[in-house]
Amino acid sequence: MTWDWHAVSDFMPHFRDGLLVTLQALVLGSLLSFTLGLVWTLLMRAPTRWVRWPVGVVTEFVRDTPLLVQLFFLFYVLPEWGLTFSALTTGVFAIGLHYSTYTMQVYRAGIEAVPVGQWEAATALNLPRRRTWTVVILPQAIRRVVPALGNYVISMLKDTPMLMVITVLEMLGQARLFSQQRFQFTEPLTVIGVAFVLISYLASLLLRALERRLVR
Amino acid sequence: MTSGLWELVLKGVWTTVQLLVFSALLATAVSFVVGMARTHRLWIVRFVAGVYTEVFRGTSALVMIFWVFFVLPIAFGWQLVPMWAGTLALGLTYGAYGSEVVRGALNAVDPAQREGGIALSFTPAQRMRLIVLPQAVPEMIPSFCNLLIELLKGTALVSVMGMGDLTFSANLVRLALQQSAEIYTYVLVFYFVIAFVLTRLMRGLEKRLKAGIGKDAGTERAARELKRARTTGVGGGVA
Amino acid sequence: MSVETRTEPSVTAAQPADLIRLEQVTKRFGANTVLDHLDFAVRPGRHVTLIGPSGSGKTTILRLLMTLAKPDEGTITVDGEPLFPAPEKQVREVRKKIGMVFQHFNLFPNMSVLRNLTEAPVQVLGLSKDEAEERARELLELVGLADKCGARPAQLSGGQQQRVAIARALAMRPRVLLLDEVTSALDPELVAGVLDLLRDIARSTDITMLCVTHEMGFARDISDQVLMFDGGRVIESGPPEKIFSDPEQDRTREFLGAVL
Repeated sequence: MTWDWHAVSDFMPHFRDGLLVTLQALVLGSLLSFTLGLVWTLLMRAPTRWVRWPVGVVTEFVRDTPLLVQLFFLFYVLPEWGLTFSALTTGVFAIGLHYSTYTMQVYRAGIEAVPVGQWEAATALNLPRRRTWTVVILPQAIRRVVPALGNYVISMLKDTPMLMVITVLEMLGQARLFSQQRFQFTEPLTVIGVAFVLISYLASLLLRALERRLVR
Repeated sequence: MTSGLWELVLKGVWTTVQLLVFSALLATAVSFVVGMARTHRLWIVRFVAGVYTEVFRGTSALVMIFWVFFVLPIAFGWQLVPMWAGTLALGLTYGAYGSEVVRGALNAVDPAQREGGIALSFTPAQRMRLIVLPQAVPEMIPSFCNLLIELLKGTALVSVMGMGDLTFSANLVRLALQQSAEIYTYVLVFYFVIAFVLTRLMRGLEKRLKAGIGKDAGTERAARELKRARTTGVGGGVA
Repeated sequence: MSVETRTEPSVTAAQPADLIRLEQVTKRFGANTVLDHLDFAVRPGRHVTLIGPSGSGKTTILRLLMTLAKPDEGTITVDGEPLFPAPEKQVREVRKKIGMVFQHFNLFPNMSVLRNLTEAPVQVLGLSKDEAEERARELLELVGLADKCGARPAQLSGGQQQRVAIARALAMRPRVLLLDEVTSALDPELVAGVLDLLRDIARSTDITMLCVTHEMGFARDISDQVLMFDGGRVIESGPPEKIFSDPEQDRTREFLGAVL
């Protein structure tokens, strides 16, 4: 087994570029998934099943099929329909959409985990519906929801390398490009492998600390 | 679509199913070995198993696949056929997630059961085999079911390495026909159908196993949802 | 002050060896000393009841004897063989002489009632399956649940579960039976059945019993000896008639006044 430190140092500038793109995709994808997930959750609470049923089916379909194929779909099909976006925008949209079908479950569980007594107390105090949501239910739900959302952010981080297949040069894309040009596979792939382990480990430590403060 | 192309897609389905079965078997074995090691009484065993879990859970499945396909042959001289390389990468990664499920379920068994076992002079191995595992396994099924769906989705990643699975066949069809909407829709539906069948099978299994310990299946689904993401923090809603 | 129970007056001339002996046993949980240099011994066939306020260390003694916890200091011997300190292999051998019935039964929900009774005799004592089953059926007959062989523990009432747990402990033919507040998790109307069964066993076998209970009437019925615990020590011991009707210590009187 040979290890070439020169290859590592030569790869570093590319690694930094890739890391920036990865983080960009991660932040935008997370924000999109948090927002869309909330939209699905609220739609699933709609009074008519003509809304709930289609939303339920579509989100389950998205959740149970590979993100990779969804990326291909959006990347190749949208232009056929006359919609052209940059590869990164498409990737962010795909990740955000895919993970919104997970965050919606987190929101729902968070809301359902608020004891029924809280709703009843709010009714007993004659709080208007909107106040009930904003001062009673949501503040209690958010405490429960943040750690779970954080875990999905870490999952998203680990799914960003898939953007490579639609030509986005995130970390894995950079590593592959570098390997193909230099015929050195071991160093760049190991560097980004270690980077992923470190980033997700640090993130999970951070999350645990946050969780401890929130739950108390 | 011509019948030749359909044949290509069906071959892809078969490859995907094979890869799913093999990597699920490997992942299950890894889950139990590592998960039980994480509850071992020797700290060194727990530590090694913990490092394994953090490393394989921390890395991205696709990066792991690249590593197994490109680095393993160069660094260690192991040139695996694509099917085994894919099985290895997926099995080790998803096994790490699964080990968290196993550990969680083992720890959730009432400690009084362990004491009951001690009072009857069972050895630690007997307690694990006769008392703890039979009670813990049914509790693992819902999480394993989620994990299995994640694994199914994960099998698509091997297409990047040129392995002829369902996703790869879709890409070939797209190149042949120069149009994408139809074939990708079909392929997504294929995946969805497989996932649907797996979910039903696992629910049936859960029901049967829980009946074996006198419990109801399918209660507290919402409460589990929160715990699911919280306890692990892994690939899309796993565990 | 700790009381040497061996010098207790109801003893007759020829003294058989102690079956259980604790010497200078100390157990701490953090800063809290639950047992404080306790000396304590029980002769074969005796029925000893431990009473005292909660947190006084009664249950801890049973847990130490069952090796569910380890003392910080001191020695424990059972039937002349060391249980603590002792190598793991020795502990496993000695432990076979001891059975325990728990407050919350601790039946195995994944096994039928019959298998709860046969599993340990087969796996640990090496009995054949037929032998173990025959014995299990006899014991279920004794506890009045012969018809529940195939049932799951979850299908039984609390009182029935506790009777199965008693049968399960007896199936191992222990020399000592530890009873840890065996009725306190039961609905009041189910208590009598379990206590009657234990009275029966106490009368009809020569098994040594060590019992922690809040049922003073039961304690009076079955015990040869009652030990009053407080602050990690035995503050008073004697035959039940004496302890319950004419205790020497104020603390004992106070405690009995509160529970009786």
